[in-house]
Amino acid sequence: MSIIAKNIVKQFGDKVILNDVTVEAPSGALVALLGPSGSGKTTLLRIISGLEVPDQGTVQFHADDITRRSARDRNVGFVFQHYALFRHMTVFENIAFGLRVRKISEAKIRERVHELLELVKLPEMADRYPAKLSGGQKQRIALARAIAPKPAVLLLDEPFGALDANVREELRQWLRRCHDEYHMTSIFVTHDQEEAFEVADKIVVMNKGRVEQEGSPAEVFEHPANAFVMKFLGKVNSFQAVLQDGRVLFGNVEMPVGANQVIQTGNGKADVYVRPHELDLGRTAESGNCLRGKVMHINPAGSIVKVRVLVEDFGLVVNVDISPERHRQLALASGESIFVSPKNAKIFEPDYAI
Amino acid sequence: MTESGQQPDADTTPHPPALPARAPTSGDPAWVRILITTIAVGSLIVLVVIPVLSVFVEALSRGVTRYAQNLTDPDNLSAIALTAVVAPCAVILNTLFGVAAAWAIARFQFPGRTLLVTFIDLPFAISPVVAGLMFVLLFGSSGWFGPWLNAHGLRLLFTPLALVIATTFVTLPFVARELIPVMEAIGPDEELAALSLGANGRQIFWRITLPNVKWGLLYGLILCNARAMGEFGAVYVVGGRIAGETNTMPLQVEMLFQGFDSPAAFAVATVLTMLGLVSLGLKTWVESQQDDGQKQEEPAEPGITESVIPPKTA
Repeated sequence: MSIIAKNIVKQFGDKVILNDVTVEAPSGALVALLGPSGSGKTTLLRIISGLEVPDQGTVQFHADDITRRSARDRNVGFVFQHYALFRHMTVFENIAFGLRVRKISEAKIRERVHELLELVKLPEMADRYPAKLSGGQKQRIALARAIAPKPAVLLLDEPFGALDANVREELRQWLRRCHDEYHMTSIFVTHDQEEAFEVADKIVVMNKGRVEQEGSPAEVFEHPANAFVMKFLGKVNSFQAVLQDGRVLFGNVEMPVGANQVIQTGNGKADVYVRPHELDLGRTAESGNCLRGKVMHINPAGSIVKVRVLVEDFGLVVNVDISPERHRQLALASGESIFVSPKNAKIFEPDYAI
Repeated sequence: MTESGQQPDADTTPHPPALPARAPTSGDPAWVRILITTIAVGSLIVLVVIPVLSVFVEALSRGVTRYAQNLTDPDNLSAIALTAVVAPCAVILNTLFGVAAAWAIARFQFPGRTLLVTFIDLPFAISPVVAGLMFVLLFGSSGWFGPWLNAHGLRLLFTPLALVIATTFVTLPFVARELIPVMEAIGPDEELAALSLGANGRQIFWRITLPNVKWGLLYGLILCNARAMGEFGAVYVVGGRIAGETNTMPLQVEMLFQGFDSPAAFAVATVLTMLGLVSLGLKTWVESQQDDGQKQEEPAEPGITESVIPPKTA
């Protein structure tokens, strides 16, 4: 079942939380609402679930306009950041709650709850109380509770935000499997871009109550629509460049921004963004198109080597990611002189600058 | 219930070592500690234990038979019965008001919310005698509603109903005051979770809200009941002190005492005292239950990395 939230406006007092937001989740997709805190992503999720009412706009499940329908009648599974398990009920009763209010027979409830306990791999926890569970276990039970009544839509509000890194990692993959197995349309809210990229089919980047960009993870990452998206989706170096006769110059270095309208619109200043892996290091200034710098710090832990370079002429610190092979080749050491050359750069409409 | 062997059993994880029983942190000399303890225990004995015991001693000073006679005197029995009716009535009314007020205040923002919070405390600030006089002013024969009541052949003052109203007013804050912080601490998430799972308002209240606040509610009820049984000032004014009709236990005790029948006064007082002791015991028990509940709310140790990936089934 597809979900469409159309032209949603929501204000709390004078504060505009959502400013004409339209988001669509195709049937069966797992969509991430990604944004910093205060971007309105949680409010949007609550509006879709019916826990919040929009000031303007409509929410549609498939072809049905359900904007005025109570959360109770939307058949939505909702997973809260802090689990919201019923503390006075056992794990079994927690999962059974959504079935009990639907007046399903006791035998069927038992069968379904045990099936779900198997799914979340906690069958021996049936008689425990939530207080006796670890965070990861609680969130798995919360998920089992949400999908017990077989909702067509699963909504998750920062589901793994309160968990340890390693537990989070596993639960992500687990969520993905769960989603695929139960043929739901799922939307989850996160501020962690890695989490979004790891599990989502579609990413909606939000900021200040607006959608900045939406698309597949590859689209959003490789073709960020503006400087905000570029900056939010990973580390980036920014250079204050000058536009001159259709060229983008930082000092004497021409930034390889490719064909871009901004360049043709004339002269002036513009911010140019380069990801750390799109910079290269060299011992000599062989290409000519490079900045002279000094190695400040080398972090070799991981699948890439992170090098911090001080470009002395501009007093600018640049982050460069190189492969371990390249690192070995160059045999870098702190304090050494080095040349930095951009392989690829991005430039955006200046009025979008943050 | 299979595969239990795959899970690290939480019960076998080592518990943190028990804290040392109590560290003697105080560096004060022995005589200071002994002096302070003596002052505390001594004043408790002089101000609390001896007076409470003396109530029983005085009541039984003319023998058990006389004590029994005093208790079974029709007017005294009526006073005991009246308190046994008025206090629970006040508690029930306060429960309805307290739950509604706490729910509204803890869950919603509405105009007048701050005002409501302030007004709940008003009965604590006003002297019970003044509270009684307010009701006389409202419902007395020359009061605002008195003539209307008279015209319809109704009378409120000097009836048990007036006692219930006055007692309810005086004890108004107890239940709401206990519930508001509990409900605010628990937050609305569990109720919203129940809503999204398809529960209606009634189911949410009975299955989620009420069980979550039950200890706080019970605590409020006990305090409210204790205060309602002991209420004197307000019921003194609105009840008219008619022995056998509108005298509750505290009023009856005072009337007997003023009439120089102190064995009888103390006999009734023993009943009141025992009810107070029962309340105290219940209160202590509820507090211990609340503490247990709070201990449970502490986040559990995050489990060792568990295999959470479900088997891929067809």
